Amino acid sequence: MSTTAFLTDSTLCIGCKACEVACKEWNEVSDDGLDWSGHSYDNTGAVGALTWRHVKFVEEPPTPGLGGNAAGQSSWGFSSDVCKHCEVAGCLEACPTGAIVRTEFGGVLIQPDVCNGCAYCVVACPFGVVAKNEDDGRAFKCTFCYDRQKAGLEPACAKACPTESIKFGEIHQLRAEASERVRVLQERGMDDVALYDPTHTSVQGTHAMFIVRGDPRTFNLPPNPEAPTAYLKKGWISAALAAGTLLGGTLLAFIADGTRNAR
Amino acid sequence: MNSQPIRLPKSEIGRERRLHEIRKEAESRGNVKQPGVRPHGAPFPKASVETGYYGIPLLKPPPWTRAIPVYFFVGGAAGAAAVVSAIAHYTGADPKLVRDARLIAAAGAVVSPALLIADLGRPERFLDMMRVFKPKSPMSMGAWTLLGFGSAVSAATFAGFLRERYGPSFPVAVLENAGEAAAIPLGLGLATYTGVLIGATTIPVWNQNIVDLPWHFAASGLGAAVGLLELLGHSKSRALQGLGFGAALFEVWQGFRIESRRHADLNPLKHGPSGAMTRMGGVLSGPLPAALRVACSFASKNRAPSLRRWAALASIVGSFLTRVAWLRAGAASAQDWRAPLGAPGAQVGPDR
Repeated sequence: MSTTAFLTDSTLCIGCKACEVACKEWNEVSDDGLDWSGHSYDNTGAVGALTWRHVKFVEEPPTPGLGGNAAGQSSWGFSSDVCKHCEVAGCLEACPTGAIVRTEFGGVLIQPDVCNGCAYCVVACPFGVVAKNEDDGRAFKCTFCYDRQKAGLEPACAKACPTESIKFGEIHQLRAEASERVRVLQERGMDDVALYDPTHTSVQGTHAMFIVRGDPRTFNLPPNPEAPTAYLKKGWISAALAAGTLLGGTLLAFIADGTRNAR
Repeated sequence: MNSQPIRLPKSEIGRERRLHEIRKEAESRGNVKQPGVRPHGAPFPKASVETGYYGIPLLKPPPWTRAIPVYFFVGGAAGAAAVVSAIAHYTGADPKLVRDARLIAAAGAVVSPALLIADLGRPERFLDMMRVFKPKSPMSMGAWTLLGFGSAVSAATFAGFLRERYGPSFPVAVLENAGEAAAIPLGLGLATYTGVLIGATTIPVWNQNIVDLPWHFAASGLGAAVGLLELLGHSKSRALQGLGFGAALFEVWQGFRIESRRHADLNPLKHGPSGAMTRMGGVLSGPLPAALRVACSFASKNRAPSLRRWAALASIVGSFLTRVAWLRAGAASAQDWRAPLGAPGAQVGPDR
């Protein structure tokens, strides 16, 4: 029983969306609408209650050499997005029912038989991953294929990925693999390659790392995601002071009034 | 794939050439001017730091229903009313005031859980909130506070009813005092925790205001509680006049805090429908009742009560609008894709 993680290497992704399909099939997630967005080949937009894996398409006009493409061909950057399974997970800490738990594999799991649909986790996620399914009432996100992992299998998306863009494995091994991969790519001249794994914020690292080219913000990856529990101390101190003032003020008002009545 | 050229029927060659022309034009000019061809935006939709990921918001808007702002209003007023009732009780103020404040608190304690349960995606599972006691989750703390508040206030109300009906007795006095004493911290919690609840989220406009929100919501709840009591006939109480004036003054300060700070994350409080609502709620709960309360202390004996009623009504409506405005501002804030990315080009709206 080891701590596991995803490493999504967008330099290997071909945008086939097999991960999306595999995820939907294995987890029996229904369709998320069939609308054309006009945003390259991305017609889903973001991960959501019915989209637990989501391939992002960053489309560039024809630029000779970019992405190894021939001149005159447009080029794409693809990256398969997923729940980050934060080390300090905002959703898990915010959940008032204990429905969201940390599994023995290090993933963050919403237990669907406990969730009562209060939706507080939705506004606590710094990556906008957790979403409420309005038809069902509960909150949903990637389960890290807990059922498969329990049976010793890799998650469905990693299994289906034809280019091993989605890697799955023991977290420390994967971190080492990631830095080695970044080094190799940079040696090959891709000096804009970086590993996205926010260890510098209150999130304290993730169980879903990404290797992306260029600014991670292009792929809607926030540079400074914070688990909102980091602000709790500030908030509760303020609430205590406000409560004290409310109590003191009320006491003062009635004492002042009482003395006047007595006179 | 074989590399042989695809053979097209003669009738299709012209159409194929046409497609080729359109594509060349799109590549060279960035758009297509031909009639009947209206591509949406540039032919190559571009994601970049400046445009974000096609401007698709990273964060999900709070999926709460309209029951939540109503709960914020009801819970805030009930919490403050419980504090007023307890302090009035212990300082020996008018027993009718104590009873009415307690009734407002008790009514709020009944309505609030109903609103919260109605908002749940699975209302039949509301008891799951009681599975854990989780100090790290403001929602969990709120659920327990509300449960305790309901028990304390209903105990005090029930004991008060017994005392009025059957005369004073020792066990009834114990129950009433215990309920009243417990209602103070729980009422204070109920009136302030909602500020922490929405402040400790990733929604930019809420998060930016986490220090202000508990104060703001406490003042708003107090204004509403005082207003309700005055409309219930306690428009002679100087204590209530003072409290109402204090709450209104604080709301004036809060309005100043919102308007004077320049930060792109605060835009939903100043612009658009949520901004208009924030301002309307702010005026109704701050400057207007403050001015009316000052005016009523100088007005003639005939005019003063009506001025005070108007101040009370303004505070109540203002408090309600303020809660709705904050939740709508949160929804608008979640649509701002720039904030979580720290993307350049965030516009701080024009000052006025």
